[in-house]
Amino acid sequence: MLLWTTIKIALRSMLANKLRAILTMLGMIIGVAAVIAMLALGNGAKSRILGWVSRMGKNTITIFPHNPKMPPVLNGSAEPLTLGDAEAMLKIPGVKYVSPVVTSSDPVKWGTNETYCNIIGCASTYIIIHDFQIQSGHMFNDFDARDRSSVAVIGPETATRLFGSQDPIGHTITVRTERFKVIGVLVPKGRQGWFDPDNQVLLPYTTAMTKLMGRAVALNHIDMQVDHAVDLTPVQEKAEQVLRIRHSLIQGDEDDFWISNQLQVIQMANNIGGAFTMFLGSVAGISLLVGGIGIMNIMLVTVTERTREIGIRKAIGARRRDILRQFLIESMLVSLMGGLIGVAVGVVAAHYVKFRNFSGQVEPHMVILALSISAAIGIFFGYYPARRAAGLNPIEALRYE
Amino acid sequence: MVELKNTSSLLEIRGMVKRYTLGETEVLALNRVDLTIEEGDMVAITGPSGSGKSTLMNILGCLDDFDAGTYIISGEDVSKLSGDKLANIRNRLIGFVFQNFNLLPRLSALENVELPLLYSANKDAKAAARKALEAVGLADRMHHEPNQLSGGQRQRVAIARAIVTNPAIILADEPTGNLDSRVGKEILEVFHQINDQGRTIVIVTHDSTVARHCRREVQIRDGQIVDIVEHNRSARELVAKAG
Repeated sequence: MLLWTTIKIALRSMLANKLRAILTMLGMIIGVAAVIAMLALGNGAKSRILGWVSRMGKNTITIFPHNPKMPPVLNGSAEPLTLGDAEAMLKIPGVKYVSPVVTSSDPVKWGTNETYCNIIGCASTYIIIHDFQIQSGHMFNDFDARDRSSVAVIGPETATRLFGSQDPIGHTITVRTERFKVIGVLVPKGRQGWFDPDNQVLLPYTTAMTKLMGRAVALNHIDMQVDHAVDLTPVQEKAEQVLRIRHSLIQGDEDDFWISNQLQVIQMANNIGGAFTMFLGSVAGISLLVGGIGIMNIMLVTVTERTREIGIRKAIGARRRDILRQFLIESMLVSLMGGLIGVAVGVVAAHYVKFRNFSGQVEPHMVILALSISAAIGIFFGYYPARRAAGLNPIEALRYE
Repeated sequence: MVELKNTSSLLEIRGMVKRYTLGETEVLALNRVDLTIEEGDMVAITGPSGSGKSTLMNILGCLDDFDAGTYIISGEDVSKLSGDKLANIRNRLIGFVFQNFNLLPRLSALENVELPLLYSANKDAKAAARKALEAVGLADRMHHEPNQLSGGQRQRVAIARAIVTNPAIILADEPTGNLDSRVGKEILEVFHQINDQGRTIVIVTHDSTVARHCRREVQIRDGQIVDIVEHNRSARELVAKAG
């Protein structure tokens, strides 16, 4: 039996029962559209996270003062990160820039305008490490750090909130009771989830530590950038060794700090994103399964309805496999057409539906996956009805009214 | 009842037995039937309902198996065949014509006639189907679907479908049963025409008028052949004229 004839017959019987064909396909349409939309959404979320991570700077290592593997109680007794630790990092080969970082959250005022933002005490290299650009004015330098100058570089969002359309350079802002002269504004980077790099105030770390943090010696973290030609991992291991010695940890002691590098964060983001996509995809996959059961149901009805046709075909010489193939092709066709329409609906949905601040990203492999799954479902759920058709006794089938 | 054993016969049945069990009772549908049909013959199988003629028809058509005996058609012993092998025999050697036409809806006359050839992967299916339809006088109805055709035309399509594979035998089951007598006569004329071209035809019927159109009439009662009546040519022509 020629394939094309079989397909033609299948298409005709679908056309003769349009409503039924559409209702049968509906399950597949919804299932495939859901799978495409969910995979696209998961993919969008993942690339969004990766976007944030990559904008945190390139080849960066960050040292935190607490080890998340240690119980919180022990963390209290951990040795804090100090300026000495930060200076020691600079001596490690391969490390290009190091910035000690102290942070607080405080209201910032200019005249009657006030906004709440992150105050970052850091070195002048902070903006190089984290890939910030200066929009106007300039970054403070090492002399400002040495002299504890009361200068500030502010994010573009902070500038807009405090100064509106005015140029903030040269004006004096107030944090708590301290006054700082704005000498630079950063180029916007875009919000990165919970953290908005455009709404912050950068101060020399010495200034921040003495004037705002009450001479605290503990750093919130140490940020560093490694030479691009150098592998991150050995540098990170060396940093760990140096810190262990400085914190007088003996063999067997857990680190009382935590070092993470950007690669690890990217990997984590990838894993989370992948798991998210898988989860959404499998939830949507259940509706595909339901669609497949719908196809099986209708195919069983079709086989019963067309018993006489099957009898005629057998009488004039159709073999088991001819009948089997005919009904398999029919169920695959229904399923595949549903899949095609579903892909179209899913692509449109992924394009228009925005979830929080990311939208779906459809990739060719998702479309191929969804279409092959729908064809496979057609064959899988069509097999039982088709086998039933193929096994009919020709005499009884011919007699069927 | 005399049957000369002839090994070169087109169709040969020896000692055919077919049993059915209905509940607890066993019915002997065919009880040691012997039948030989020569090439070019036109045979009627008659008998009241329940006589076993439908069973015989199903077995002759390779649609059913049997419990004992042999069946040789066109030199091929099909006694032990089953399933797909029988389907293959049906496809190559047998052409069916049914009482209720049994055409596939939604397929044109031409496509219906092509169908048996498609199952044997014949390359020139379309041309052969065209020729068969011309032979039954439906050259101008090839692209009509069954529901656009009259009963007589439908049966002609069915006959075209039966002859398109060039089978050894045409098996017709009450071919005029659903037609009025005038159209029925036309259909019998078609059978005469294709028989005159040398095709072997077996018609199962309970209609004695139809039976008298055939060269021989095999009468069945209770699963056994009780008589074989020869209708001579002049009588047949008389019947044909009288309708």
